[in-house]
Amino acid sequence: MSAATEAAIPRLLSTHQSDLLDEWVREQATSLRSTSKIKESELRSQSAEFLTVLQQATQGGNITDIQGPTYGRVRDMLSDVSRSRSYQGFSPTETAMFVFSLKRPMFARIRKELASDAEGLATVTWAATELLDRLGLYTMELYQKSREEVIARQQEELLELSTPVVKLWDGILALPMIGTLDSARTQVVMESLLQRIVETGAVVAIIDITGVPTVDTLTAQHLLKTVTAARLMGADCIISGIRPQIAQTIVHLGVDLGAVTTKATLADAFRRALDMTGQRDKLNKPRA
Amino acid sequence: MDRIPILKLRGLLLVTIQVDMHDRLAMQLQDELTTRISETGARGVLIDISSLDIVDSFIGRMIANIAAMARVLDAQTVVVGMQPAVAITLVELGLTLPGVRTALNVDKGMALLEGTALITDADELDAGYAD
Repeated sequence: MSAATEAAIPRLLSTHQSDLLDEWVREQATSLRSTSKIKESELRSQSAEFLTVLQQATQGGNITDIQGPTYGRVRDMLSDVSRSRSYQGFSPTETAMFVFSLKRPMFARIRKELASDAEGLATVTWAATELLDRLGLYTMELYQKSREEVIARQQEELLELSTPVVKLWDGILALPMIGTLDSARTQVVMESLLQRIVETGAVVAIIDITGVPTVDTLTAQHLLKTVTAARLMGADCIISGIRPQIAQTIVHLGVDLGAVTTKATLADAFRRALDMTGQRDKLNKPRA
Repeated sequence: MDRIPILKLRGLLLVTIQVDMHDRLAMQLQDELTTRISETGARGVLIDISSLDIVDSFIGRMIANIAAMARVLDAQTVVVGMQPAVAITLVELGLTLPGVRTALNVDKGMALLEGTALITDADELDAGYAD
């Protein structure tokens, strides 16, 4: 790429900055017309800042490598824009249009500038297109990433929410499990249960699986692991809430729950837990 | 060099592991503990591993071995205060320590041992009168 081409873009950006800004903001306003997610003034200041940092970045003649050090501020700026837009509920198209809508005003300027030089016009247009495409793709990548972050955070929150460990009585914990048990969830369940056992000094933990729709060999294995880990720490586990179908499945699968105390309902398990901790008689007496 | 203290507490031996267990230390503990059990005639052994954060298959097997050896010498072993992370690791390693009794802390472990120790003492007393 010739030095003339490299110089053309930053020159254009600096000499026609205000015209470019006006046209670009108008361009964006039409593409975002149906939505009022962002104020015109905000859009304008964002766009002005972007043009300034882009002009500074291209100043040195680098118009291809947007990962380079001169583009640091451009990248920061785009990352802010795409992040805030993804949180504000902009669609991918609307986010991408931030950069892509700069094409029309930019190309119009290039055409006007280089009207007499067909060769130069083609080269500079191509260079500008490439640069804006790269920046647009970069924006999309960041947009995607911030959306993924949101999803990951929500998943994590769901995990935390869906595994509460409840204290039922002195020394008795209950863990009502709801939803399908996969490896990641079981890991969280196991850790939070064991942690609570340490914190409360509970002797018996009841794992209630009433809310677990299906049990397969993997789930059963996870349950057994949890029970064994709790036993290693010195607490006994009772599995309760086993529905008839699940009891059948467990036997058909050949899973051996022989070493584990199992009860049909949480109430039965609780009664057994009171027996184990020697607190059964306390239930009938009013608490002092 | 680090040593793991073995304290005699009434009829029990209390072992508190407070340093990082490395392999040689575990072997040494095994030696010393078996010697002390036979010397003192202790009926129970409490191994407190509440400050043990990291465990590998060797240490896991060592704990199981120590418990088995103590049982051969007619002493009950209770492992107390295992951390959640250690418990999970042992389960993942497939070392479920069958036959080893566990308790949440030294207090509960001691209650467990005293319960069994008292019963056996009473049995021996009865047997003594019968003769």
